[in-house]
Amino acid sequence: MTIDLKTVKHISKLSRISIEEEKAKKLSNDLNSIFEFIEKLNELDTSKTEPLTSIAETTLKLRKDKIGSKNIREDILKNSPDKNKDFFVVPKVVE
Amino acid sequence: MSEITNFKLCDLVDKIKKKELSSKEITEAFINRSKKSTKLNSYISDNFDDAIKRAKEFDSKPNLNKKIPGIPMAVKDLFCTKNLKTTAGSKILENFIPTYESTVTQNILDHGGIIIGKLNCDEFAMGSSNETSYYGNVQNPISENLVPGGSSGGSSSALAAKLTPATIGTDTGGSIRQPASFTGTVGLKPTYGSCSRYGIVAFASSLDQAGPMTHDVKDCALLLEVMSSYDVKDSTSVDFVRGNYLNDLSDNIKGKKIGVPREYRVDGMPKEIEKLWEKGIKIIRDNGGDVIDISLPNTNYALPAYYIVAPAEASSNLARYDGVKYGFRSRGENLIDMYEKTRSEGFGDEVKRRIMIGTYVLSSGYYDAYYLKAQKVRRLIKNDFDEAYKKVDAILTPSTPSSAFKIGEKLNDPVSMYLNDIFTVPINLAGLPAISIPAGHDKNGFPLGLQVIGKAFDEQTILNIAFSIEKNIGYKNNINDWWIK
Repeated sequence: MTIDLKTVKHISKLSRISIEEEKAKKLSNDLNSIFEFIEKLNELDTSKTEPLTSIAETTLKLRKDKIGSKNIREDILKNSPDKNKDFFVVPKVVE
Repeated sequence: MSEITNFKLCDLVDKIKKKELSSKEITEAFINRSKKSTKLNSYISDNFDDAIKRAKEFDSKPNLNKKIPGIPMAVKDLFCTKNLKTTAGSKILENFIPTYESTVTQNILDHGGIIIGKLNCDEFAMGSSNETSYYGNVQNPISENLVPGGSSGGSSSALAAKLTPATIGTDTGGSIRQPASFTGTVGLKPTYGSCSRYGIVAFASSLDQAGPMTHDVKDCALLLEVMSSYDVKDSTSVDFVRGNYLNDLSDNIKGKKIGVPREYRVDGMPKEIEKLWEKGIKIIRDNGGDVIDISLPNTNYALPAYYIVAPAEASSNLARYDGVKYGFRSRGENLIDMYEKTRSEGFGDEVKRRIMIGTYVLSSGYYDAYYLKAQKVRRLIKNDFDEAYKKVDAILTPSTPSSAFKIGEKLNDPVSMYLNDIFTVPINLAGLPAISIPAGHDKNGFPLGLQVIGKAFDEQTILNIAFSIEKNIGYKNNINDWWIK
């Protein structure tokens, strides 16, 4: 299979990463060589194999829902590129 | 007295405990050498002033019962450090100041360590040469314009150049062991679940592990003791009894069964690597170990499976970088436009490539063909190891299929870059521990490493085998400080 320009643009949209036309072509080449390499997996018959989703195949442990850090609102907001009082600011989403 | 920076971690701990050296003397020595070594570009940011202050504080009330009392250490910039900038080698985190400390760096602090700076790495740990870092290439102290390996390239460079007595890295597909091999140092990737992932900038969560990088196996055992702990803040942290790795370190490997997998003899592997492997095998035999031929039949499928699993997890983990709550933000006409421009300008090419691979293999219609298939292959690879461990206690392989290469040499060919990790990736997929130790040099005088792979949670055995090989192989790094005028 090949990953054409149209597919690259589709993935770019799904990934929320804008791509310039020129770069999309190079990316399409790169992705094709990577997927050509990945296609090797098709040599293996895995019809009877269970997928391995995690090495730690135990049920996840639960811990008490207890507040660990307190009064860090200021510190957290300090990292925001745009803020107003206690809020993160984003471009307008509702008219 | 010889240069303080020439001492290894255990020696420095010993000298502090005997009060032959103060924390301030040691910390200043490594900071001064770091300041003279900016040409290597090992650091992204430093914490020098604060570190000296902390060293003085330590000296005024020294607690010598700690494991690394008053010892300075620079760490990979993938570990979140409270109030200390953490970039993950990316522009998108250029101004990010964590409000919390990663568990592993907290363990280092709790055991008496002092953080002197944050070390360069491939962007979000995606790379094998440190060339994807937004903060520039890192020089390998072995030779000018040679890559230090990656992704923990700043760590391996700073360690080999003696800018830090020991350091820590993270390993998702070889990012500790390959740079260790490229710089003639020791690097260990612990069993998945041994070191907490809390506060480590996530790349591929089912594969990521933090581990020690040191000058020798003894130091490695000590630093692993410091780093490894059960942590409720990491849901995949495993509650097992951690060993006294340093105290129990022994070069007695009599009766140990060590497997040599035939699938690791790949085409085009330099003769020197083959010879070193033979040398390692001979050392094991001479010391009473039993060498057994084994087969890991699905080895060749590990890398393609990895390049589905790791990008898939990365695409999900990196979805959080949207320019809203922290990090870089670009201006956009609307919210979506802002997201797309922020991520386009904030991420480098390799990271974007992997996010897109991951997004694609998880997208509707392709999930079964790629992601599910890769997870099934991952099972087969783990089964290979399970089968082998019915017969052997550990496995010996080369660490990498080649020595370090020149900066720029492989940058335009992603697949050739990925092939660097052919011997290290299967171990991450199976969640096993593995250590790389320096074993010799290639024809250019560049270091080559051997890898010892262990059973899950059996770090002691691989440390012991590595210790025995280290004692007998007679490796020495030839570093002439070319970067210091």
